[in-house]
Order: sequence, then C-alpha cells, then structure tokens
Amino acid sequence: MTDRLPVRKTYKLFVGGAFPRSESGRTLEVEGHNVARASRKDARDAVVAARKAVAGWSGATAYNRGQVLYRLAETMETRTDALAAASSGRREVARAIDRVVWYAGWADKLAQVLGSSNPVAGPYFNFTLPEPTGVVAVIAPDEPPLDGLVSRLVPALVGGNAVVAIASDSHPLAAIELAEAVATSDVPAGVVNVLTGLRSELAPVLAGHMDVNAIDVTGADGDRAALEELAAENVKRVVRAKEDQSPWEIASFMELKTVWHPIGR
Amino acid sequence: MGAVERPRTEVAAPASWDYAPAPEAREIVSFERRYGLFIGGKQVSPKSRTWFSTISPSTEEPLAEVAQAGQKDVALAVDAARDAFRTWSRRKPAERAKVLFRIARVLQERARELAVAESLDGGKPIKESRDVDLPLAAAHFFYYAGWADKLEYAFPGRSPKPLGVAAQIVPWNFPLLMLSWKIAPALACGNTVVLKPAETTPLTALLFADVCRQAEVPPGVVNIVTGDGATGAYLVREKDIDKVAFTGSTEVGKAIQRELAGRDVSLTLELGGKAANIVFDDCALDQAVEGIVNGIYFNQGHVCCAGSRLLVQESIHDQLVRKLKRRMATLRVGDPLDKNTDVGAINSSAQLERISELVQSGVEEGAELYQPPCRLPEKGWWFAPTVFTNVAQSHRIAREEIFGPVLSVLTFRTPDEAVEKANNTMYGLSAGVWTEKGSRILWMADRLRSGVVWGNTFNRFDPSSPFGGYKESGFGREGGRHGLEPYLRFE
Repeated sequence: MTDRLPVRKTYKLFVGGAFPRSESGRTLEVEGHNVARASRKDARDAVVAARKAVAGWSGATAYNRGQVLYRLAETMETRTDALAAASSGRREVARAIDRVVWYAGWADKLAQVLGSSNPVAGPYFNFTLPEPTGVVAVIAPDEPPLDGLVSRLVPALVGGNAVVAIASDSHPLAAIELAEAVATSDVPAGVVNVLTGLRSELAPVLAGHMDVNAIDVTGADGDRAALEELAAENVKRVVRAKEDQSPWEIASFMELKTVWHPIGR
Repeated sequence: MGAVERPRTEVAAPASWDYAPAPEAREIVSFERRYGLFIGGKQVSPKSRTWFSTISPSTEEPLAEVAQAGQKDVALAVDAARDAFRTWSRRKPAERAKVLFRIARVLQERARELAVAESLDGGKPIKESRDVDLPLAAAHFFYYAGWADKLEYAFPGRSPKPLGVAAQIVPWNFPLLMLSWKIAPALACGNTVVLKPAETTPLTALLFADVCRQAEVPPGVVNIVTGDGATGAYLVREKDIDKVAFTGSTEVGKAIQRELAGRDVSLTLELGGKAANIVFDDCALDQAVEGIVNGIYFNQGHVCCAGSRLLVQESIHDQLVRKLKRRMATLRVGDPLDKNTDVGAINSSAQLERISELVQSGVEEGAELYQPPCRLPEKGWWFAPTVFTNVAQSHRIAREEIFGPVLSVLTFRTPDEAVEKANNTMYGLSAGVWTEKGSRILWMADRLRSGVVWGNTFNRFDPSSPFGGYKESGFGREGGRHGLEPYLRFE
C-alpha cells in the first residue's frame, strides 16, 4: 500500500462541457503541475461553445437555474478537500460555497427586485424585466484563487449568461477543480468555460471578440485600459466588481427589456 | 339619369389636392442675433472667438449665430459645474425637487414658443414638436422631480449618492426632448451638468438656458456649450468629469467608449438602431399600417428606434404593401410650421446626402423603390417617403441605419423565422409586433433582442418607461426608476 504511486491529474481546459488540452499542445508549469496554456484559438472555441449554450440556459426557468446552481454548491461541498488544496484552504472554500448558495437563491427573485411595471400615460401594460446579456468573458482576479473566480462567475451565471472565464495566472488549479465541480453539477455544457494559461495572451482575444457581449475586467490590472479599448469595438458592457456580493452585481451582467403590451376591449 | 362615373384610384388623397395652409405663428419665438455659451448661469462669449450660423433646414435661412466652444470654453464649463456641484449636491433633496418641478412648469408655459423654435431649427413638423417633443420634455422633468427626494426608496439596501459632473451630448433629432432625458435625471440625483447640443440644432438648448433662469436653477448647475463634434470630443476628454451620457451614432459612441477606456468615468450610450416592425397575418391590418407609417415616417425617420425594417408575414405581404402605398400617398411633406404637415425637412444637407446614398445603393442592389407622388419645396432639404420591396437581408438598406424616411420590406413565414430575421443585426434598440394574439406578443417579446418591444404600437415614449439598447445600440437606460442608476454611485 505504501509504495503505491498516486495517480496524478492532468490539468486541462474546460470547454463546452469537455476537458480538452490546448489545441496548441502547450502547457505551463504552475503550482507544481503542467497546466494547459490555452491559445487564442482555444479562446475563440470557448466563445463558440458559450454562444451555443446561451439559448438553453437563459431559456430555462429561473427556478430551474436556481436549483442547478444550488446543485453546484453541493458538488463543490463534496470536493472540499480538492478545492481547499488548490486554494488558500477550507475557509476560502466554505466562503465560495456559501456564495454560490446565496446567488442560487437570487435566480427566481431577480425579476421582482430589478424589474418594474411602469405607469405609462396610455392604454398599455408596460413592464421592464432583466435579461441576460449573452456571452460574458470573466477575467478572474489572481487572489483568492477560488473565491475570486466564484465571486465573478456566479453572478454572471445566475441571470442566464454563459461565461468564458480566464483563470488566475498564478493559481489556475482552483479554477480547474471548480470546473470539475461544474461538470458534475447540472450546469449545461458550455454555460461555464474555463481557460488557463496567460491572461495577457487570452484577455485581449475575448475583449476584442465580436460575439462576446460583456467583459468583467475585475481581474485585469495594468492592461485594463487596453482591454476596454478593444471592448468598444462591439460596444461591450464593461463590468467591474463594486460590491462583494449583491443583486446589483448580477444586474451588471443583465440587459433591461421594456415591453408595451396593449390593453383594450 | 346615368350613374356618375367615379374613377377608381389607388391613391386616397391625390398629391394634387390642395390643402389650405395652416401655418403656426412664427412670431411667438424671437431669436437673438447671436448666442454665447451658457456657463455659470451667464451667457458668455467663447474664448475661441469662433461662431457659426444655425440655419433652418426647411428654408436654408440663417436663424442665429452660436458659439463654437473650444477646449478652454469646455474647461470653464466643467469648472462651473464642479463649483456648483458642491452646493447643489448638498441641497435639501425636496428643494432640488422643487427646482425641477419649476422647470417642468416653465416648459409647459412656454411650450408653443419652444415647439416653434424646435421646428424652425430642426425641420420637424410642428404637430410633432407641439404634441410629442414638448409635452414629453415637460413630463420628463415632472417625473424625475418627484424622484429627487425619494432616491433611497428606488434602490433597496443601497445608499445612493450623486456622481458629480455629468458631460452630456445630445443629437439633433429630438433636441429638447433628449436634453430633458439627460438633464432631468442628472439633476434629480444631485449632479450638475455640461450639455452639448447638436451642431445643427442648438437653439432650443439655448432657450432652455432662459428656462433655467426663470426657474431659478442655481448658476453652474446647468451649463450649455454649443459646437460641433470637436466640442464634444473636448468635453469627453476633460479630466474633471464623472459621467458621460451620449445619444447619437454607434460610430461616435464607440469612439467615446474608447476614449474613456481605463478611466473611472461612468458611461451610458444610446446609439443607433435598425428596428424590426413585425406584422403577423392575424393583426388589425389598418391599425398596423398606421403603426408602420408612424414607425418610419415619424420625424422624417430621424429616430434611432425607427421601425426601418418591416417584416411581413408572407401571406399578407401584397395586401399590406398595397395599403401602405395608398396611405403613404396621403402624407403631406413640406413646411414644418404648417399644422397639416406630416413629414418635415431633412435635418441637414449632410444627412440628406447620406440618405440619398443609401437609397441609391438599394436601387443598385436590386430592391424595388416606391415613392408616392409629392411635391417637394425648392429650398431646403427634403426626401420623399420611400418604401423598398424585394429587399434581401444582405442589402445595405436592410442592415445599415438610414436615419431617414426609408422603409425596407422583408417577409417571413413562421414566428421563429421572424425572430431570427429581427435579431439578425448588430443593433438592438427596439422592435414592434403586430398581432391580435396577446400570447404571441409576449412570446415574441421574450425572444427579441432589443431594449424596447412595442405590441400593436410603435414609437411610444413615457418618462416612466425605461428606454435603451442591447448590443451595439448602447447600454444604460433612460426613463423610469432604472434611468436614475446611471447618475448615482452607491456606498
């Protein structure tokens, strides 16, 4: 028993519900492991996977999305050891799991808190509802390795967006452990995609991508201005964290639609 | 006695019919020969020492000279707004509210004068400036006035604070109304503003400066800098601004977003559109025809949310197009100050050129053009109401914003196809759905990627109703409770 060698994990990307290696064949040695170094092509593939997933995820009922995200909290809980080893420890994991539960509960309350019915001067029932913006790119903050990503990923997910996340350069393992929890929850394939590698290489691709609707630059530092400039090409929504956790963090990944429905005999 | 021969005609009211003119009295408005900039509560001469004429697009007659604000002028206006912010933001919210209520009242009291000024300077029909622009502008101030002392109820669990100095740039299609959309929520939230009206339509903004005097808006709370795009660029580049709100073209919107990259300046953009107006075979057809006409010929089609792509269910295409053409022939094109006028002047020669160029491309790409017979005035800039049939999705007239009285007709067979085609654009500002089935309106509304969806109506606006775009039509909302958020920060 004692001379048994442990079976090591290969840390790969998470794209479209699968765990592919980088198409470039490249890896980086980080935190003692060879981690896939995603290429620009991988980033574009991830956007395609995310786009495919948008209709199903945003079309699911809010109740269903809440249940699925709660299920994610469950699969994270059973992976506490692995997540703790890849992050700063059990306290961070607990914080991240509780955050997922908190956001899961928002799924079927958002429209009531963020929406409105509007008393227009005319024979119309006029109402405003939040809707997901579509494909969201998330640049995860470097620290904390797990909760940093979770705190930006989950508010984007709960409203019905699909996400392409760039993991922390220095702590990518937590992101891949999280991806495994996502893969075993009921989050549909392509709703969450995780790229590891060099942020400086990947972030500009997503910032300038014409089929990405919003980019969260909370984890960008020196390159924020350059990314925002690229984002203007298709009028991307540029998001930065304002509060630790709040329904307004969800709102920043959402559009508002106003409908005028006729009233008459 | 033989029956009287009644010639049948496709045209309900032939263009040859003469209507007695019913001109609105122009004397109600008198412009000064020359307007300075409105900075710190006073009219001041521009440091740039540069002036330009603003002309009436319907007669090409110069109406007044206005200042071309340079970089120094813009900086002075921002300074004035910053100074005023200290006291304005600390003023008792209920008192701030009363200032806005006063503005609303003065706008109502001077509505006719401002409506005439709007039609003179911008070319829009008086019945629109009188019945739409002015009432809505006053209503907007009235609506946001009431929010000024209730902000803590708008955002439960958050503590709202004003941002500071807001730089606001408005377009030429609804000059005073867009000014109201910008200034009312900004002031209600405790901000001060520097507003730049469009180069071709500065006059109602300058008259609004006088409205501010009458309402006793404190000096520096509202500053107005006139000029062209260069003035707007100076304003956006100013260091001491906290907010930029822009309504205009997608191209300029992108340039502003780039300019602000990496800066901590809050931004909202309300940009272009290519709205689908979707007509199902079960709709009330005559009502839909009215809505289509209103959707595209309202304000000469100079409307970012104009219903410029008509998607018709194939089975009623021929019948609808026939009715539409007949209705188009009754549109009166001409003098904006004539109360009979339905379609006024094109806002500028540059815009007329752009419309003509795109219409030419439609003909060249093989779409079929129809314009009702109508006499266009000799002076000024005009474009006859136009409809294109046989349009393909790839045609420029189906993809690019024309911003003129030009409608492109496409067809669909199923609701799914209608959604697919409606969403096949980089824009996402508005959409219309015409059907007698309420469930279908909501099914469509759910799937259309646009900020506003009108069911059995089009081009309706209300201060309580949030307005703004998806995709490249911009972000942020104006109107309603949601329109407060872009002017607040939260602690």
